[in-house]
Amino acid sequence: MVLSQIRDLLNAEIHTCADKMDIDIKSACGADLMSDVMAFSKENAMLLTGLINPQVIRTAEMMDMQVVVFVRGKKPTSEMCKLAEEKGIVLLSTNLSMFTACGVLYKAGIVGKGSECE
Amino acid sequence: MSSLIRKEYDIPANDFSRAGEASSNVRKLLTQLGVNPTIIKRTSIAMYEAELNAVIHGNGGKARVEIFEDRIEILVYDEGPGIADIELAMQEGYSTAPDYIREMGFGAGMGLSNIKKNSDKFVIESELNKGTRVYITIYLY
Repeated sequence: MVLSQIRDLLNAEIHTCADKMDIDIKSACGADLMSDVMAFSKENAMLLTGLINPQVIRTAEMMDMQVVVFVRGKKPTSEMCKLAEEKGIVLLSTNLSMFTACGVLYKAGIVGKGSECE
Repeated sequence: MSSLIRKEYDIPANDFSRAGEASSNVRKLLTQLGVNPTIIKRTSIAMYEAELNAVIHGNGGKARVEIFEDRIEILVYDEGPGIADIELAMQEGYSTAPDYIREMGFGAGMGLSNIKKNSDKFVIESELNKGTRVYITIYLY
């Protein structure tokens, strides 16, 4: 699904890299704990999170994630936007809760890729 | 065999906003060298976790990165308080990170095991009140 459709589904605001709305997204992960994103997420191009700090952008960079969506009405700081622009990472924000945002995307065909917990 | 490229990075203490810059630079370098993306990702994750550990637990430190024809060798070291029980620290879920680090989304006790998982060779040495050294080797082929 192209990112512009995701933006519409989540009624999201675009904060950086508005020219990248044609990125194709197939899978995503949702987490507020970056440690878990680093340990469990696999090949997901998009992160949904309610956490606001620059390490969210760093984590996305290290994990090859091209898009971060901030949920629950959280907005990235200007420092985070600057870092994301440098790295070419799209930042979106939505007023939806984490549960609802993930549910809307899952229903529309976005899946999650990661290690199952044993 | 001597390394083809050798880089040193400072990891500043208590500067959480800058944590990850060294790893980001190495990532950029490996991309420029045309290294396989899977190898770049493993290297990035392992080094970033080690760098965060140095910021969170080691009062900052340094990283030395050497690229050989067949492998990447990373040493992240600090002169912090050291680890009392390495075996315990390696256990998933065990962490001594303070609350403010947890509020920032880290300190879940996954770091060291995640470094090991993403490395081909992983060695950790630590001495109380002297510091900690983390050696990471990742083969290019």
